[in-house]
Amino acid sequence: MGKTLLVARLAARDIRRHKAQAILLLLAITAAATTLVLGLALDGVTNQPYQQTRAATNGPDLVASYGVNILCPGKVPCLVSAVQVQADTSALTHLGGVTRYSGPYPVASVILRSRGLSVPVQAEGRGQAPASVDQPKLTSGSWVRPGGVVIERTLATALGVGVGDQVTLGGRQFTVAGIAVTAAAAPYPNCQDTDCLFTMRTSNNLSSLNVGLTWVTEADARAMASPQAPLSYVLNLKLKDPAAAPALASQFLSSLGGEGAGMGRGIDSINTWQDISSAAGQLVQDEQSVLQPGALLAVLLAVASVAVLAGGRMAERTRRVGLLKAVGSTPGLVAAVLVAENLALALLAAAAGLVIGWAAAPLITNPGAGLIGTAGAPSITLATIGLTVALALAVALASTLVPSIRAARSSTVSALADSPRPPRRRAALIALSARLPVPLLLGIRMAAGRMRRAVLGAASIAVTSAGIVALLTFRATVDHNLGPTAGQVGDPVITRDTQMLAVLTVVLIALAVLNAVCTAWATVLDYRRSSALARALGASPRQVSAGVAWAQVLPAVPGTLLGIPLGILLFKIASPGKMIIPPVWWLAAAVLATLAAVALLASIPAHIGTRRPAAEVLQSETA
Amino acid sequence: MNDMHGGTCVLRAQGLRKEYGKNGGLVRAVNGVDLEVMAGETVAVMGPSGCGKSTLLYLMGGLDRPTAGEIWLGGKRLDQLSERGLSRLRRDAVGFVFQAFHLMDELTAVENVELPALLAGRAPRAARKKAAELLDRVGLADRARFLPTALSGGQRQRVAVARALVADPQVVLADEPTGNLDSAATVEVLRLFDRLHTAGQTLVIVTHDPRVAATADRMISMRDGAFTDQTRLQGGTTGRLGNLAGLEG
Repeated sequence: MGKTLLVARLAARDIRRHKAQAILLLLAITAAATTLVLGLALDGVTNQPYQQTRAATNGPDLVASYGVNILCPGKVPCLVSAVQVQADTSALTHLGGVTRYSGPYPVASVILRSRGLSVPVQAEGRGQAPASVDQPKLTSGSWVRPGGVVIERTLATALGVGVGDQVTLGGRQFTVAGIAVTAAAAPYPNCQDTDCLFTMRTSNNLSSLNVGLTWVTEADARAMASPQAPLSYVLNLKLKDPAAAPALASQFLSSLGGEGAGMGRGIDSINTWQDISSAAGQLVQDEQSVLQPGALLAVLLAVASVAVLAGGRMAERTRRVGLLKAVGSTPGLVAAVLVAENLALALLAAAAGLVIGWAAAPLITNPGAGLIGTAGAPSITLATIGLTVALALAVALASTLVPSIRAARSSTVSALADSPRPPRRRAALIALSARLPVPLLLGIRMAAGRMRRAVLGAASIAVTSAGIVALLTFRATVDHNLGPTAGQVGDPVITRDTQMLAVLTVVLIALAVLNAVCTAWATVLDYRRSSALARALGASPRQVSAGVAWAQVLPAVPGTLLGIPLGILLFKIASPGKMIIPPVWWLAAAVLATLAAVALLASIPAHIGTRRPAAEVLQSETA
Repeated sequence: MNDMHGGTCVLRAQGLRKEYGKNGGLVRAVNGVDLEVMAGETVAVMGPSGCGKSTLLYLMGGLDRPTAGEIWLGGKRLDQLSERGLSRLRRDAVGFVFQAFHLMDELTAVENVELPALLAGRAPRAARKKAAELLDRVGLADRARFLPTALSGGQRQRVAVARALVADPQVVLADEPTGNLDSAATVEVLRLFDRLHTAGQTLVIVTHDPRVAATADRMISMRDGAFTDQTRLQGGTTGRLGNLAGLEG
């Protein structure tokens, strides 16, 4: 008990005495813990808002779209006969298990234009009376009226239109009467990965994948039909057993001779509520695919940061270790004090990560404008707490155990003399550096003398560089897939993906900044005597600072280059679809900017280090 | 700059002061020191620990800046030089020898000696050649590829002396050069200094060991940051180092 108290007291005093380092350590582990909490918080959060929307709109279990054969040869879709439409409607409404239905509603496939933006939409003709199945829930304004259109909320947000604004639909002027949400279709852009629930053939070059949804009066919908864009129909079915929707849909398509045969006779799609729910969760699914590998990267960076910080802390505490041992502490007690400090900070960081993650989660679990309700603050489960605490402790332990044991086993006399651990000799690099300018000579020797730290630095930069390259790959892929975007409506999913990747990249860069500064600071501490000596022998402070900066830049070069394939691989894992490699000049600019940033960041502690007079360092080393 | 005897003054300090702290905590490490060192002269500054002699040495070598006063080295006023100018001066005109040797543990003896030359931008081959010559001069040619940890204390200090000489400095400043050495090693180092002195090298040695001070041309006593006494000696000029009491090797 007495020993535990002593360890706790010594650890607490040391943390209080070195507040800045303690805060840096805390920040590194907190960033990793927060990212993990956010990643875990996203599990299954979209279900809840979709179910709320479904309940509020009497959402259908099956949505059938039919009446136009979009596969028929020629430029113009083939109209299906009225008799055929009637037969299909009858077949669908008489499926076993159907309890209610609404429709069929006529749907015109037209172009909506507003404020210079164009988007293909389906204009669904609706009556004034509320439908028993799929009555869209108005979030503002009023229901359809002649000349008045109701726009699905995600699309309205993407277009930036509100109630009372003027838009054109199929070349006709409409006033936005209302904004609404529905559970019968996924929010704009209505796709999951590359699979879109709506398809629409358009005569111009606009994307036919991202199709929006609007509601107009039946008369307006019919009036917009043309031979190039004939009316199709949508039928909403409610089933006795909603879980049976997929089975019923495939049973119906099989009875027609398969999906292809169904399309041949004008059955465009039969979407189940499960399909729609899944597509509605695209936003959050994409976030998950970004955040989960991102959390792993953040953890790796945190390990590197903490390892470097712990190493630096040990370098500063050599004399303290010597004193502890001189007054009778066993090596075990010394190691326990050092590990206890970091474990206490890790626990605090885990708690901070849980609180920040819990508070920030609603920002990213927001399902988007297409659904009503929110996922709410995620509940902090025991598993989340356990995983986060375990991660924080593992990070602290993995990165501080080796330096703690090394410090505990060091000679008491040399620890009391506070002499830094001698650097490792690398004869080939020493010989090579003799031929180089002074800053490079010093930089190579510093980096070579602490190879473990150089490897950590390289790994940390590789992780950051991978994050940046993944972001660039995402941008290049999006740009390629969308082609020229002038006049087109932004895709909310892509916008959110970009935001998430940007946030993640910022977190990674922040951790890398912390890492670069800490590594340079540890180098300054380790080489304080050598640097002072170099100055006594004629090197200028600027040459010594530049040497410290080079010691960070040299390992950063392979790290940054390694980050390129790692980033591309990361993107491939997170997004298994088609991928476009960013242009070489993007990658070259990223590499150069990263290296410049490393040099700049390293020069800060390096400059501070050279402000201490060389005489003072040399005299204190003599003492 | 000529002195009263007609020799050239290499190093001159006038009204030199170095203060630390302020108000009640003010410490005058060096307090109004005047000193002139002639070319080829060996001057020993002697005094108890903490009297300010190391600080004086660092001020004269441009490693630290004075609070007040002037320092001239080879006709250049040190206390007004920029940090860059001081670096250049240390590189070209000053050689330091420290009590704790301050050799880089990861570098061999010859690599340690050539380091100042490389820092000065000399060609690696020329630097290595000069370092090898100097190691030969200090009697360590056969230890050139040894790491400092494989050398005795006296050998380490001789490597440090060779390093101090690599740039052909105008003055070698030695801070307690025998402070960490046993008697035999002390003799080794003092014999080396004697050879340097004979060769016309200007030396300023700070020490608290009277036996070392006795080897100089001039011995200055220092106490509480100021010079208290100055004595011109014969020992350093007559080359009788090894015969001094207690230093027989």
